[in-house]
Amino acid sequence: MRMIRGLGRFLFDFVVGDEWRIAVGVVAALLIGWVWLAAGAPVAAGVVVTALLMGSGFTVTMLREGRGRRK
Amino acid sequence: MGHATGGLVAGTFVAAFVEFVEALTIVLAMALTRGWRSALAGAGCAALALAGFTAVLGYALATWLPRSVLQLVVGALLLIFGLQWLRKAILRSAGRKELHDEDLAFARRRAAGAQAEVRQRFGLDWFGFVVSFKGVFLEGAEVVFIVVTFGINAGNVPVAAASAAAAGIVVAAVGAVAARPLSAVPENTLKYAVGLLLATYGTFWSVTGLGALHGGASLVWPGGDWALLVIFAGWLALSRLLVGALRRAPGSLSRQPTDEAERVA
Repeated sequence: MRMIRGLGRFLFDFVVGDEWRIAVGVVAALLIGWVWLAAGAPVAAGVVVTALLMGSGFTVTMLREGRGRRK
Repeated sequence: MGHATGGLVAGTFVAAFVEFVEALTIVLAMALTRGWRSALAGAGCAALALAGFTAVLGYALATWLPRSVLQLVVGALLLIFGLQWLRKAILRSAGRKELHDEDLAFARRRAAGAQAEVRQRFGLDWFGFVVSFKGVFLEGAEVVFIVVTFGINAGNVPVAAASAAAAGIVVAAVGAVAARPLSAVPENTLKYAVGLLLATYGTFWSVTGLGALHGGASLVWPGGDWALLVIFAGWLALSRLLVGALRRAPGSLSRQPTDEAERVA
């Protein structure tokens, strides 16, 4: 059990890294894009808006980090 | 060579190159303090483990997941991973994070190697073997992740693996000749470029894979594969704006930061 937990922690640290908000932003953008497409939005618009949301999420995370102390 | 294949070769080669430079530093430090035999045995075992890991992970993902689900899941993972690299590169460019110093890392490893007690196992110095194994395996795991995710979505894992292997051979050859850490390699600039590439392809594939939740078939970007160039330009422009904004904000390091973004551009 401890080994599985350790592996899970390693994989989380490996992929998500030390700024989990980036991963949350990506997943949130994909969810919003999916909901928008499911609501009948044109595919081209849905694709572009989802990508823009990804960029926006990353921007917010970075600027928020910029207000914190340096590492 | 198509956009995807060109990006695949460049992305995996450069990513593998910088990771192997870091692994070389660890192996060299162990070799010079604990002996070449144990350090090389550790590095060799790690390389074998990584090759097996790549084959199993690549086969499992490519065999079990439908195309659009693969694009969505693997693309999203690639994007998250790439944005982590890009984040660190932006912070370093803005002077908010120390640049990676290979000489300093080498000195620390050598000091640790010189102080550790000698314990033999299987005829090898165990400290040198384990540290070399862990160093190569952990640095290499990032390369495996990029090779598998990038390679599967581009439909060409063998080319991705060959690019990474070529980078490993180049680093090993240069390291063998120089017998010192490759501190002249502009690691931070290369990581910036890799972060941009991974973010570009991760965005493209994850959004394409949204089709898995929307009728099953992959979505098509306006402009097809040419959209990759627009996405790359978008991430590059955004990262430049963020470097500027973070540099102006209070809290930057006092010294002049290295501007990797300008070199990439």
